[in-house]
Amino acid sequence: MRELNVSEIQKAVSALLIRANHEMGADVREAVEKARLEERSPVARFALDQICENYRVSTEKRLPLCQDTGMAILFAEIGQDLHIVGGDFTLAVNAGVAEAYQEGYLRKSVVSDPLYDRVNTGNNCPAVIHTSIVPGDRLRLLAIAKGFGSENMSRIAMLPPAAGEEGVLDFIEQCVREAGPNPCPPVIVGVCVGGDFEQAALFAKRATARPVGTHNEDARYAALEQKALDRLNRLGIGAAGFGGTVTALSVAIDFLPTHIAGMPVAVSICCHACRHAEATL
Amino acid sequence: MTRSIRLPLNEREARALRAGDSVLLSGVLYTGRDAAHKRLCRLLAEGKPLPFDLRDATIYYVVPTPARPGAVIGSAGPTTSYRMDSYAPLLLAHGLRGMIGKGYRSPEVIAAMQAHGAVYFGAVGGAAALIAGHIEASEVIAFDDLGTEAIRKLTVRDFPAFVVIDSLGNNLYETGPAQWRAP
Repeated sequence: MRELNVSEIQKAVSALLIRANHEMGADVREAVEKARLEERSPVARFALDQICENYRVSTEKRLPLCQDTGMAILFAEIGQDLHIVGGDFTLAVNAGVAEAYQEGYLRKSVVSDPLYDRVNTGNNCPAVIHTSIVPGDRLRLLAIAKGFGSENMSRIAMLPPAAGEEGVLDFIEQCVREAGPNPCPPVIVGVCVGGDFEQAALFAKRATARPVGTHNEDARYAALEQKALDRLNRLGIGAAGFGGTVTALSVAIDFLPTHIAGMPVAVSICCHACRHAEATL
Repeated sequence: MTRSIRLPLNEREARALRAGDSVLLSGVLYTGRDAAHKRLCRLLAEGKPLPFDLRDATIYYVVPTPARPGAVIGSAGPTTSYRMDSYAPLLLAHGLRGMIGKGYRSPEVIAAMQAHGAVYFGAVGGAAALIAGHIEASEVIAFDDLGTEAIRKLTVRDFPAFVVIDSLGNNLYETGPAQWRAP
């Protein structure tokens, strides 16, 4: 059985989070640059100019793209033939997070108690870790640095099946309309229809990391993505919420089997600084 | 057209600004978010002095990333403003002239801005490295124990922002989308 030492996992998690916070993915970058050309509102175009200029300054000065360097979200697909050795997997992931946020000059934004103390944990731990068991002997890591300006605007609805396609589109539109300028538009929207309450939210979050410009393999859902994107870009919110014709860069919709009595819809909203990085160990 | 604005702003200058104006801010700002606002309001309620002069001051809602060695500051873009809405009216009543953040404000904040002649600037969320380049000095001046959320005095030059809500209550977050919404 293939062995993987936890020290390798720590190292990879740290490198991924530093990279995600400093280098915007080419897919998002291209989408923002395209939006800048297509945007009709001068004020929104000015905001998009700043976002593009920010990529350059961030690289040049080795500064994080955004001051909210996020909670660290880790999706780990663990091959069932892989043996993780040398220590505790969860501790190793968190050690990688602590290392990244300290050595990468990233902001530590996690508090230990959400309601009463709200004391900063000092190392951005704990990470939110989602593991799944997959065939093979590899470990696939997806690290997302998730800012809470957009996370606070994410929503879930337990729609009745009769709500149909219109119900799904209306809910996606409602989430983005109500969020307005708050989540730093132009946004990237991850949606999951189906599953149950928590699975829908999880898959919607995962969908925000799907490359911009790719579509669901099911033609009906790919068409639904396009319909949703068209609707969002008619809202007029625009970059930074200043008013404009590009409110969303992408809508990625996933679907899952669900119960005969329900149709959960989760809408996970990500800002234009959609930061994630992947590695396979 | 972009206008250069000197900080601090007095009431007359603030009342002359209009929603939609593109501005470059130069001068002194104070940083603060949730925890610092809570403390400022408690000091005001207790009749105690504040750590800086609120009269005509501008507060920037930001907690930057840690500065690299030799750098003035880390990335420093705006945070979402509504979390400060419950505190802002009291600060406005005590002379706060400007606020910089991103996102919606409550009707209570907007009413207090109209009453006292204040302005809400919007910076572009996610332009944090770019904005850092417009900050020339940074110094923690109060609430050191709050760590990252301590109040800093910043000296800025040509900090890019927009007037989002003016002292008449005009709101770019309403007029902008209304202008560009498709039927």
